[in-house]
Amino acid sequence: MSDADVIYKTDVLIAEDIDAYLDQHHNKSMLRFITCGSVDDGKSTLIGRLLYDSKMIFEDQLASLEADSKSMGTQGQEIDFALLVDGLAAEREQGITIDVAYRFFATEKRKFIVADTPGHEQYTRNMVTGASTADLAVILIDARQGVLTQTRRHSYLVHLLGIRNVILAVNKMDLVDYSQDRFDEIVADCTDFAKSIGMEEFMPIPISGLKGDNIVTLSDTMPWYSSSEYTGTTLINALEEAPINTARMEEAKFRMPVQWVNRPNLDFRGFSGQVASGRIHPGDAVRVLPSGKTSTVKEVVTFDGNLDEAVAGQSVTLTLNDEIDCSRGDVITLADEPVEVADQFEATIVWMTEDEMLPGRPYIMKVGTNRVSATITEPKYEVNVNTTEQLPARTLGLNTIGVCNIATDRPIPFDAYGDNPDLGGFILIDRMTNQTVGAGLIHFALRRAHNIHWQAVDVDRDAHAAQKNQQPALLWFTGLSGSGKSTIANLVEQKLHALGKHTFLLDGDNVRHGLNKDLGFTDVDRVENIRRIGEVAKLMTDAGLIVLTAFISPFIAERRMVREMMPEGEFIEIHVDTPLEVAEQRDVKGLYKKARSGELKNFTGIDSPYEAPENAEITVDTVALSAEEAADVIVARLLGS
Amino acid sequence: MTDLTHLQRLEAESIHIMREVVAEAEKPVMLYSVGKDSAVMLHIARKAFYPSPPPFPLMHVDTTWKFQAMYELRDRAAKEAGMDLIVHQNPEAKEQGINPFDHGSVHTDMWKTEGLKQALDKFGFDAAFGGARRDEEKSRAKERVFSFRSANHRWDPKNQRPELWKLYNARKSKGESIRVFPLSNWTELDIWQYIHLENIEIVPLYLSQPRPTVERDGLLLMVDDDRFPLEEGEVPEMKSIRFRTLGCYPLTGAVESEAQTLPEIIQEMLLTTTSERQGRAIDHDQAASMEKKKQEGYF
Repeated sequence: MSDADVIYKTDVLIAEDIDAYLDQHHNKSMLRFITCGSVDDGKSTLIGRLLYDSKMIFEDQLASLEADSKSMGTQGQEIDFALLVDGLAAEREQGITIDVAYRFFATEKRKFIVADTPGHEQYTRNMVTGASTADLAVILIDARQGVLTQTRRHSYLVHLLGIRNVILAVNKMDLVDYSQDRFDEIVADCTDFAKSIGMEEFMPIPISGLKGDNIVTLSDTMPWYSSSEYTGTTLINALEEAPINTARMEEAKFRMPVQWVNRPNLDFRGFSGQVASGRIHPGDAVRVLPSGKTSTVKEVVTFDGNLDEAVAGQSVTLTLNDEIDCSRGDVITLADEPVEVADQFEATIVWMTEDEMLPGRPYIMKVGTNRVSATITEPKYEVNVNTTEQLPARTLGLNTIGVCNIATDRPIPFDAYGDNPDLGGFILIDRMTNQTVGAGLIHFALRRAHNIHWQAVDVDRDAHAAQKNQQPALLWFTGLSGSGKSTIANLVEQKLHALGKHTFLLDGDNVRHGLNKDLGFTDVDRVENIRRIGEVAKLMTDAGLIVLTAFISPFIAERRMVREMMPEGEFIEIHVDTPLEVAEQRDVKGLYKKARSGELKNFTGIDSPYEAPENAEITVDTVALSAEEAADVIVARLLGS
Repeated sequence: MTDLTHLQRLEAESIHIMREVVAEAEKPVMLYSVGKDSAVMLHIARKAFYPSPPPFPLMHVDTTWKFQAMYELRDRAAKEAGMDLIVHQNPEAKEQGINPFDHGSVHTDMWKTEGLKQALDKFGFDAAFGGARRDEEKSRAKERVFSFRSANHRWDPKNQRPELWKLYNARKSKGESIRVFPLSNWTELDIWQYIHLENIEIVPLYLSQPRPTVERDGLLLMVDDDRFPLEEGEVPEMKSIRFRTLGCYPLTGAVESEAQTLPEIIQEMLLTTTSERQGRAIDHDQAASMEKKKQEGYF
């Protein structure tokens, strides 16, 4: 029996007493880790080696591996372990790993889930994804190359995501003659920059993934590694002994985000969720956030019977002794250890999509089991992940990381990411494409979120409206340049004014020259332009006015943002519908001509998109109707409804 | 410290995933193939929503060529879980008499791939649980837990959403649907250990017993009913066999085995040297065949 057999499988025990073997194996723990390294650091080879040594590779796979190694491999006649893990056809042809892949193997003590993430530059998002669920990180370094820019980046990201156990695997030792000096040199380099990013410790191990040195057993090739200067630990041994996050989270304060209210009949109302941290028992006094209501735990219910205790990591259903409001998105805590509740935060954000982040645009934010609308109010700086230098930033692009202020549309329960990743990690989702566009880590609530309270006013919006004897509304005209928005809005205002209504028209002239004169025509500025107009319009409707706005407002997302600022029914979207050809033919201000000649950039309809409304309250067809007729239609609809 | 075992952690994760789907999808369904992975998935669904029954139906996309023993367990398991069972058989395949003996890969395309698309469209399910695991083969290893399909049910491996922490983005655009794989992080060994520990009923075909067999193209096939066309001179031979994976009986290869109990199966599995998918004809075509099939809509 080889040494590898002892570590991975006690074949004798399996053969002679399977029941004893199973008893032993039902009680394994599980460790999730991520491997990160640069393109040629030998990550895939190392993972292939771990699978191979743990016999997770079967004969038929091995046969096809051997055949593939000869036709596509890079190791001559030898087995190319990398081919085992390079899954998708495209990347097998290109010889690179392009996405996060999850791999599994087990030793006598533990089951392991490995997130294999690519090393090249453009894939920061994949590494962050893989690291988000990892208990430990293995950072690979090619012994010939030493510490590279990528090594710094990987270390920074690992540290950012809060991974406390880091193994520095100095790989390809066989190619530097198993040199102790080379190993020492690399470790010294790493120690320096680990300190600079705040990483407290890491465990360096000299290995060869290809030859198997110091993976399962200590290799004869590096006798120096067993001396007292070093840990003398093999990679497998280090993986088996590392602490697991859920175990650490058990000692933290109790938190359970509510996933689902379990209500099979009128007599049972339970709150289902996975315990994020801490422990809970029947009888414990609990608090539900954000409401702050308290009760005590009646039962910890599971299919396998009620429990005396539930701990971090377990999925359970809690019943309470009082009928209190509690639903998906709420967090249950111990009564005297509540989570914070706030609606403004500072957070680190990792941007994960081609379209750049737009401050001011509302994104969907998912944190715990909560889903809210969130806007990035202020990017503070971008972090150069290679140097950790802070750079000024107005936005974030694909695979960049920055620190931003973020505001949610209502207060949410949270913990700082460093205290509790389940309650401090979030994703941002684009409302149009539904893609996950960013991920974030909450640092803390902004103090103003705690301190600014809405001043309750005695003369409220209802009083303002009653005095004017009208229903406030925001008539939002949207359409291409030259569609006739301003003309029609003007006519509508005249007609309403004549009818004794109190109105105000916001258009390009009175807004662009004053309130928004600092804004240009980039996507970021267009979003901010609309946000400010929306806020001003909202204040005016609070004052009881009927507000008319005439802006191209090309993006659905921003129009929706304004709609959501307003009370139900007060936002009336009016699509001034004119085909591009017609608007361009009219070209009242000569702008289309300039845009076509390239003189004018970012012109809506030409080199910047116009997203037509899907469900506008009113649509007027300016080809069929004159401006007068269109205005009459709108006034009739407004006062008729 | 309590130190949850790996099976407890896997179970808790699967429960979490199922509850997220129920909370966020409009009309979920659980695809149930009657195999061992389906058995585990159904068992966990019962745990996830207890004391409520799982708040979605089970659906079997049937090819009419499954083993008889599978049909028997299917109906009973659904009933025990208190769930509705939908059985869908592709009417076109039925009409044309598509079968694995005469039609080769068309059989899988029409009954399974097309049948599944039809069934999801017909009932308007927007999220379907499947029992696939990442350790099954290479392209699965990169598939997300929440895996999106276009309106044409195609999978785009280059355009998958990142999944961080326990946060799943279940928002879908019009026409899109989601395949959800709550057992993504389980291995074959985990599945067997869990079945053993939890005492989950599985189709007896997983356990060895003398059964009538013939050998074709290197696969050991079981003569499950009289639709099996025997070639001239071919006489079924009684052999002690079991199956590591169950599909359509004419496409599923058995292994000769003496393992009659779960521990013996696990024992054999640990000492054996071929992967479970080798018993399936579908993967043999080419290295990337599963990835291609999935892009076309195969589960």
